[in-house]
Amino acid sequence: MPDPQDIKARIEAALPECLAEVEDWTGGGDHFRATVTSPAFAGLSRIQQHRLVYDVFGDEIGGPIHALSLKTQVPA
Amino acid sequence: MSDSNPIREAIAEAIQEHPVILFMKGTPDAPACGFSARTVAALQALDTKFAAVDILPDPRIRQELSAISQWPTVPQLFINGELIGGCDIVTEMYETGELASALGAEQQAADRLGS
Repeated sequence: MPDPQDIKARIEAALPECLAEVEDWTGGGDHFRATVTSPAFAGLSRIQQHRLVYDVFGDEIGGPIHALSLKTQVPA
Repeated sequence: MSDSNPIREAIAEAIQEHPVILFMKGTPDAPACGFSARTVAALQALDTKFAAVDILPDPRIRQELSAISQWPTVPQLFINGELIGGCDIVTEMYETGELASALGAEQQAADRLGS
């Protein structure tokens, strides 16, 4: 079962200079909410930003990770 | 014709045919998932006319939809054939007014056609 720390570590490992805050939204270990900040998002649409994060998990989204709610931002 | 894929073709056609189309779990009147419910609520708050497709009756709908859109989760909102996003993006765009802008042009065009 994925846990928030594991998800955070994988996002931060995949995106350059990335800061991810991840919480287990429901306490059930399958709905997560993440705020992800990375300069890699600069100039991208929201769709493209979210895809960068979703791509880290591939088929796990919709599988073991039922939902990963995202808020993406470029560092101020 | 191993490439023939009627479900994928039907989904692609629906996306092209409807200016605003939402793929969701359940129906707008009875959403089967909180994310779908929130996305419907944002559209309804803007008095949007939209087509809705329930993906739950057949798992292949979800599978083929994600293959087309390259987007892993449901709901998925398309405006003028383009994927706008799921619940997070639609909600965020609703709050910033971007959703109204994206729908506005579309809605006016539909009203002119009297549809």
